[in-house]
Amino acid sequence: MVPIAELVEPDRVHRSVYTDQAIFDREIASIFERVWVYCGHESQVRNPGDYHTLHIGRQPMIMVRALDGAIRVLYNRCPHRGVQLCANRSGNTGSAFVCSYHAWSFHLDGRIRGIPLPHGYDGTRLTPENPDCSMKSAARVDRYRGFVFASLAAEGESLLEFLGDARIAFDDMCDRSPVGEVEVVPVCHRVMQHSNWKFFMENQLDALHPSVTHQSTGVAAARVERAMKASGQTPPLHYHYLSTFASSFDQWDSVQTINFPRGHGILKGYMGLRPKDPDTQEYVAAMYRAYGAAQAEEFLGRSIHHVLVYPYLSVQSPLQQLRCLRPVAPNRTLSEIWHFRLKGVSPAIYRRSLWYFNLVNSPATMVNADDLENWAKAQWGLESDGGEWVSFHRNYGGDTVDHGIVYSNKGTSEAVMRNQFEAWKRYIGARPGPRESSAAA
Amino acid sequence: MTTERLRQHLLEEVVIFESAVDGASGAESVSPRQAHRPQPPTGRSALTPETVSLQHRVEQFLFHQAELLDSGCWREYIDLFADEGIYWMPVKPDQTEWLDSPSIFIEDKSMMQIRMDRVMHPNAWSRAAAWGTSHVVGNVVVESQSAERISVRSRFHMLELRRDTLRHFAGTYRHTLVHAGDELRIGLQRVDLLNSQAVFDYVLQVWV
Repeated sequence: MVPIAELVEPDRVHRSVYTDQAIFDREIASIFERVWVYCGHESQVRNPGDYHTLHIGRQPMIMVRALDGAIRVLYNRCPHRGVQLCANRSGNTGSAFVCSYHAWSFHLDGRIRGIPLPHGYDGTRLTPENPDCSMKSAARVDRYRGFVFASLAAEGESLLEFLGDARIAFDDMCDRSPVGEVEVVPVCHRVMQHSNWKFFMENQLDALHPSVTHQSTGVAAARVERAMKASGQTPPLHYHYLSTFASSFDQWDSVQTINFPRGHGILKGYMGLRPKDPDTQEYVAAMYRAYGAAQAEEFLGRSIHHVLVYPYLSVQSPLQQLRCLRPVAPNRTLSEIWHFRLKGVSPAIYRRSLWYFNLVNSPATMVNADDLENWAKAQWGLESDGGEWVSFHRNYGGDTVDHGIVYSNKGTSEAVMRNQFEAWKRYIGARPGPRESSAAA
Repeated sequence: MTTERLRQHLLEEVVIFESAVDGASGAESVSPRQAHRPQPPTGRSALTPETVSLQHRVEQFLFHQAELLDSGCWREYIDLFADEGIYWMPVKPDQTEWLDSPSIFIEDKSMMQIRMDRVMHPNAWSRAAAWGTSHVVGNVVVESQSAERISVRSRFHMLELRRDTLRHFAGTYRHTLVHAGDELRIGLQRVDLLNSQAVFDYVLQVWV
């Protein structure tokens, strides 16, 4: 077994970082249960008692809107005997959580509300003031532009420090609304990936794979597009979402990646999402009215395909889509796929991004079908003894580094993976401190 | 002494003859019902002698469609749809439209053509694995009919094999069939998957 400090070299990594259970356990403890983890959007819990359940690392959590309007993130368990309190993925719990086992009840901020026959505890140390009587809360909760995050670590960098330049993911999504806000579309597609979480994160900014992995879909869509044009029809814009996958290696090499500290990054845009139809003109006019021409042009002109918030989030901000990873095992990763609606735009503008959600991100996707196949096969290969090291040599030494930001120069540079593993090494190498959590105050 | 106390204890009994509270007890006494549960639906249409031949014709159509899917006859499958026909799998059973809310599938014949071309492309990598399906269609009910269209509701079960893994899908079909000369064509096929919001262990590559 290679010592953990020697698993990552500048141009290659040892295969065990994708396959080893002990390394996975350490990732959960040192990364996923410490960093700021995405919980959801505030519009998922509009009213007091609205809740949404999720996992932070291995911890089952509830994001809930309390009576005072604050959003709390609590462990989804009764402090009495450990019973799960919210059994649904989302819903409204009224003014209290009530345990289905012995009817202990809790305020929406997690404080104990009542215990049946309370005199049974007279003279014991389990007083209502005892923190063991209340639901435990995530150590820290914060929001950025309506997106809610929690950290199970009592100390550490702030949410804004953690996001760093990757906060553009949420700025770019919200700035495209004339009122600067989005709201959730209340559907979450969930797909289990039979592969390590890193495959997804690396793949998101891997510009060499699309024309290989997605060739069948790109070619099929381009063929239908051509046939429609030949017969005098105008193919719908959303066909373009699929046909661009048929681009050449050289075209993909020109799509740059920008790689930030902490493993975050951007794949720049390539789909040309500003058509000239009347709906778009009306939308652009509304943006001009809201922000002025110069600011609106900056918002609309940002070249972003998607933004990665390492190690678990891919945000396709121009189309308001978000994919969140919940690692389950070295070879199992749950992906949760969300869509948001720009506030203050016409239905026609919303429908454009809805098409992308339906075609690319639904469980009947013609795109991820082949990604999932590749990642599963890669997982099986790395579990074998057929080789020890995974190569990230492509364009090694050819990137530009400026103020800690790595510009790939070539779109297909494996700068993306090298940058992610720099962050991984720092997280894993850091001494895992105590994971304190405050009980609800 | 210990055994005497135990003996006495066992002779004493509190009998709860009837609930001491009117109405709420247990968790409900602490907080009212936590979750709304929908009421079961009421009755549906009945089969009459006059509708038997239509019933037979519609059933044969649905069985044929399922057979085309399981045989991989994608072209013939698409041809069952009218020119303006739509294949739709909403996300939620209460969904009434696809323009402004997400769908799992929403495909006209052009998009179905793209899907067919993809699965038949030699570099559709996910198709290299052994794959097959087996559909059973039943509980076929003609809900309404007019000169223009027939509305049919049915249930399906589908087993899918991929590599060594079987997946089970089930749900409701709602076909709106239209007349094309002597033939029937699909104007709209709505597919409500029972497990549409469960975790998908892999994606759906072709129509269900």
